[in-house]
Amino acid sequence: MTMPLVEMKDVTVRFHGARTVHAVNGVNLALMPGETLSILGESGSGKSVTLKTLLRLLPENRTEIGGEVRVAGTDVLSLDGRALANHRGGVVSMIFQDPMLALDPVYTIGDQIAEAVMRHEGISRQAGLARALDMLTRVRIPSPERRMKAYPHEMSGGMRQRAMIALALACRPKLLLADEPTTALDATVQIQILLLLRELQREFGMAMIFVTHDIGVAVEVSDRIAVMYAGEFVETGTVQQIIREPRHPYTKGLLAANLHGAVKGERLDAIPGAPPALETRPVACSFAPRCPVRAESCETGRPPVATFDPGRMVRCIHAVEPAMAAG
Amino acid sequence: MSMAAPALTAIAAIEKSPGYWAGVMRRFRRDPVAMAALIIVLALVLMAIFAPFVAPADPYRSSMIRRLRPIGTPGFPLGTDELGRDMLSRLIHGARLSLLMGVTPVFIAFFVGSAIGITAGFVGGKVNTVLMRTIDVFFAFPSVLLAIALSGALGAGIFNGLLSLTIVFVPPIARIAESVTTAVRKIEYIEAARASGASAFRIVRIHVLGNVIGPIFVYATGLISVSLILASGLSFLGLGVKPPEPEWGLMLNTLRNAIYVQPWVAALPGLMIFITSISFNLLSDGLRSAMDIKA
Repeated sequence: MTMPLVEMKDVTVRFHGARTVHAVNGVNLALMPGETLSILGESGSGKSVTLKTLLRLLPENRTEIGGEVRVAGTDVLSLDGRALANHRGGVVSMIFQDPMLALDPVYTIGDQIAEAVMRHEGISRQAGLARALDMLTRVRIPSPERRMKAYPHEMSGGMRQRAMIALALACRPKLLLADEPTTALDATVQIQILLLLRELQREFGMAMIFVTHDIGVAVEVSDRIAVMYAGEFVETGTVQQIIREPRHPYTKGLLAANLHGAVKGERLDAIPGAPPALETRPVACSFAPRCPVRAESCETGRPPVATFDPGRMVRCIHAVEPAMAAG
Repeated sequence: MSMAAPALTAIAAIEKSPGYWAGVMRRFRRDPVAMAALIIVLALVLMAIFAPFVAPADPYRSSMIRRLRPIGTPGFPLGTDELGRDMLSRLIHGARLSLLMGVTPVFIAFFVGSAIGITAGFVGGKVNTVLMRTIDVFFAFPSVLLAIALSGALGAGIFNGLLSLTIVFVPPIARIAESVTTAVRKIEYIEAARASGASAFRIVRIHVLGNVIGPIFVYATGLISVSLILASGLSFLGLGVKPPEPEWGLMLNTLRNAIYVQPWVAALPGLMIFITSISFNLLSDGLRSAMDIKA
């Protein structure tokens, strides 16, 4: 059995400042090379923070990271200087939500890709530009030679996202992090980008972690799904397991809150309430206030973690009653 | 960012997407006011550089018998000043010192102010507070007063005049640089650059500088006109250039007694200051709109 590419053990992230925020509270994660995991959750659940921990992108002076983060055998939390720079972009790379903001407006696409490759691999500008053209071809941008000299504002949204994928993959990372990469795009372009990412993942043999709040996207791209709520994984499992037999009431709520079977004039099935503020570390089940099937013990203590097999986990007292329906 | 315009054939122009600077040039050329301002500024600069060849007479040669001749006097197309020196030649030579005093302080302050502002904006936190509050102290004084006070303290002379004007222009440029940098720092491509392993220095050099230098530069060009007027003001007050050097502000001062005898001649240096200053201002406005990508 091969070593996991990504291992997160009991990772906690706390932001200090005017008020303390417990953004991530004990995340455990193992990801094999070539595997795709989607982290699913609503805004503020700590998805992006978990992702940025893998790159150490959080502001150093205000952030306290606990636990253990290992990528490809290296302890990410102890990296610094040169080693951290090589880790970022070389081993782990990231694509962002809005390619208009994530591409530098004053450089051409070709220059931006070449710059990153030159820095990481110490190759000449000529070779960097050649790599950039190769990458633009691989992400299937039409007439890549011309796009090399284009500025981000001269391209369409879908093309910009392709360019950003090319930039992220130019240094052949082992792990690609994607922070809602399709949220800013049209529905028709979304699916193209998702298909492209899947193809490229196979081509490069890299692992992917996808952060999204769209279940459809998660199902489309991933092997496994982790459902995140209030800074912790409340349920993890394969796509099949999550879709077919969700066991956590939050997961059930997310699955129910879609438009399939919605009747005109009737309210959609939404989860009532809002996520907790996370100013203190949760001492009870974070979802209890919104939970349709809560028991007294939910509000007094932490729910038990039920692990069925590696990769299948549910953080709920009802975990063993799969047939139970959510209110 | 190359502007290889001469080599561009019609076909290449269709195939090659125009670069940013090519777009700026194109938009600038379409702006008749900005183009006129550019031509005047270029003409003034050329006039200053080649003053000895352009000027018809020696700007220092005075004559007691032909003082304060009116405009249009044969041999002295713009008349003579209070010491009988040729006004045209003095105005042409005056462009040298006036432009030098107008442009140099802004030029130096552009580098110093940008360095301070970008540092403060990018590092943020306590560094920002210390740097920007120190800068704010300078804003407590009106710029004219500050320039006069500094020149007065340092003593008259071209160098001290330049120094005090530079000090006057560092704070506003630093403040603009800081606000632009703070805005740019929060945009995702800075984080994307960090995510791709760029060092802080590299991020500043490539991604911050590339995005902030344009707005700072445009702002600085707008200060040139203020600098010209302040420099002339210092000379007018006897704090800048010393006689008999030809300089527009100083000429305005020495000719002010002649305002009742030859008002048009006495007003000529002021007219030059006005034309130069407004040309730089219009040039700056034109640059601003040409460099605005969203336009």
